[in-house]
Amino acid sequence: MGDDRPEPGHGGQQDARIGGPLGQRNALAKVGAAVLFSAPLLATVDPVTPALGIAVELAVVPLFGVRYRTLARRAWPLLLSAVGVVTTLVLFAAERTGAVLVHLGPLAVTTGVLITALGLALRIVAVALPGVLVFATIDPTELADALTQHARAPHRFAIGALAAFRLVPLMGRRWQALTLARRARGIEAGRNPVAAVRLFASTAFALLVGAIRQGTRLAVAMDARGFDAGTPRTSARRSRFGGADVALLLAAALAGALALAVSVLLGTFRPLIG
Amino acid sequence: MAEVRLAGFGWRHAGRRAWALRGVDLRIGAGERVLLLGPSGAGKSTLLAALAGLLPEDSGERAGTVEVDGLEPRKARERVGIVFQDPQTQLVMARAGDDVAFGLENRGVPAEEIWHRVDAALDLVGFPYGRARDTSALSGGEQQRLALAGALALRPGLLLLDEPTANLDPAGADLVRAALSRATGSGGTTMVLVEHRVAEALPLVDRVVVLEPGGGVRADGPPERVFAEHGDRLAAEGVWVPGRPLPRRPPSGTPGEVVLTTTGVGYTYPGAPAPALSDVDLELRSGEALAVLGPNGAGKSTLALLLGGLAAPTRGRVAALGEPRPPHRWPARALTARIGSVFQDPENQFVTARVADELALGPRRLGRPAAEVSAMVDELLARLRLEKLAGANPYTLSGGEARRLSVATALATAPRVIVLDEPTFGQDRRTWSELLHLLADLRDQGHALAVVTHDAPLVAALHARRSWTCGG
Repeated sequence: MGDDRPEPGHGGQQDARIGGPLGQRNALAKVGAAVLFSAPLLATVDPVTPALGIAVELAVVPLFGVRYRTLARRAWPLLLSAVGVVTTLVLFAAERTGAVLVHLGPLAVTTGVLITALGLALRIVAVALPGVLVFATIDPTELADALTQHARAPHRFAIGALAAFRLVPLMGRRWQALTLARRARGIEAGRNPVAAVRLFASTAFALLVGAIRQGTRLAVAMDARGFDAGTPRTSARRSRFGGADVALLLAAALAGALALAVSVLLGTFRPLIG
Repeated sequence: MAEVRLAGFGWRHAGRRAWALRGVDLRIGAGERVLLLGPSGAGKSTLLAALAGLLPEDSGERAGTVEVDGLEPRKARERVGIVFQDPQTQLVMARAGDDVAFGLENRGVPAEEIWHRVDAALDLVGFPYGRARDTSALSGGEQQRLALAGALALRPGLLLLDEPTANLDPAGADLVRAALSRATGSGGTTMVLVEHRVAEALPLVDRVVVLEPGGGVRADGPPERVFAEHGDRLAAEGVWVPGRPLPRRPPSGTPGEVVLTTTGVGYTYPGAPAPALSDVDLELRSGEALAVLGPNGAGKSTLALLLGGLAAPTRGRVAALGEPRPPHRWPARALTARIGSVFQDPENQFVTARVADELALGPRRLGRPAAEVSAMVDELLARLRLEKLAGANPYTLSGGEARRLSVATALATAPRVIVLDEPTFGQDRRTWSELLHLLADLRDQGHALAVVTHDAPLVAALHARRSWTCGG
């Protein structure tokens, strides 16, 4: 690490809540690694490649300083969609090749259907899990710093998004306040689904109106502090992108390609196109 | 230190017929500290926005000239800092130090200089935490001091403050004023402060300027002289002129039967380690006003939700009006007929696009006849001085108007119990007095009032029974 690291305590990468040799890498390197690792896995529809991918992903979790329990909590919607894919395909797949395993009423569950379904489900998990993993270790401020300093992303975009991001929890609180206020005014959907949709729409509209007002006020406040005024902006926090970050990118690309190669060697490779 | 000069200055927002500000001639010398007053609608905020260079040419029509240090304000922006009223929409970054650094980064201050200036600014405002503190975990008063630090770090020659303490509880407001006094006391900064709580603001200023609604400057000079000559009129217009007695409304009768009780009530938010509120035993009678007092974070607003039947207590029991079921189990329609709630932020309460519809909504939903509803609406409009706004959109109302409307909507169904959360927060003197009389009338007519408040004068004026909560 460089010797000109700012002293700890003002945030940036010194934030001690993320440990692990990979968790400490530059935010942009982590996002890049996730993309480079996932991309090759998209090339095939067999179950072996994504299974290998998932094995690698699970193996590196501790290196990111993330606990498996935390990962499971963040990834459960992903698992749910994988289960959904399997169920849908077992029920509705048109092509029912291979040996029949079991009859479920009018449905014949065949090996072909099951392999396709499993392949798809594993693919969803394998491709999305790296994203879930790295974003569990990324601090939004750090990502914005990395984007503006290394990827030359416009400040207007990166810092603007960061500021907007801060308003999200406020919107959650406001949604609750709006809902309670509506009950106090005698408005409640009860068991009527049409009323429920109308109530949701009117609450969402009120939330939107409020969000626009808040956004406008925030924009004025940022304007008043000279944001996007044309003066070249400096960066209080230096984002570092060093050898270890490059190594992470290379390793991720290599690991993804390797999973694909193993699948080709085993003869299970089924290209997406062709 | 910056100098301000306005000559025949006026501004009309695009799409508006009336001028927000007109014919203003004003000079403010370097290092002067000015309190800018005027009734609501006199254009105080517009004037600050003009000085801060926040009125783009295409957003309205300008008359006359405005200069900061002889420059057009948009060119003088590096010399001007501004702090607004709402603390939540002024902070940009997730960590306190990063937020103060934000303005310095924008101005291109070299990185090695930034953190010294951040620390100095945090120190100056008495910010109690380190740079890494999460900005969303701060109280309103702390957020406002952080916003002030963000402005001061830029070393503005002119510091503009647009009601910086209006959204804060008294303790938080005191700390912000103390920070302001430290920051501007040395005379190194020219300051223009908009604030209608005059008594608290006076120690910070040495000159008072009063804007005349409709155009021009009504009064300008040292505070004693301005208030001696114009105090009565300003007080009538809503300015909190110091030393004027407030109306008092002791109850005309004695309280009646118990209408609402809480027994051992507590509330813990989902996932929270400690209860927000515990062991609350209260009794509310018809014809009385109960003031719920307590420090910030003592669960007062939570208690308002529990009393209002809007949240279920996680411990204990709330019972009201002899009903077998607790209020939070009542259907919304029954609730709105029996217990009215007035929220801290009026805008959360509005559900229609017209003021008159807003008032008619409750009684209509209860199936009251149309003639009765319209009579009720007319009466409420008149009583709360909202007749001229019957067709206006509730979201376009001023702070005081929106507050009056939100109280009126809770009254429209004539509920026996009314729960109000900080009804007088940030209100001018005129609206405050109107709310006092309204609440006192309701009490004397036999309604039961529970008022969550920090407003000691209101509690005293109502002779309200006091109940303290201190959280979990």
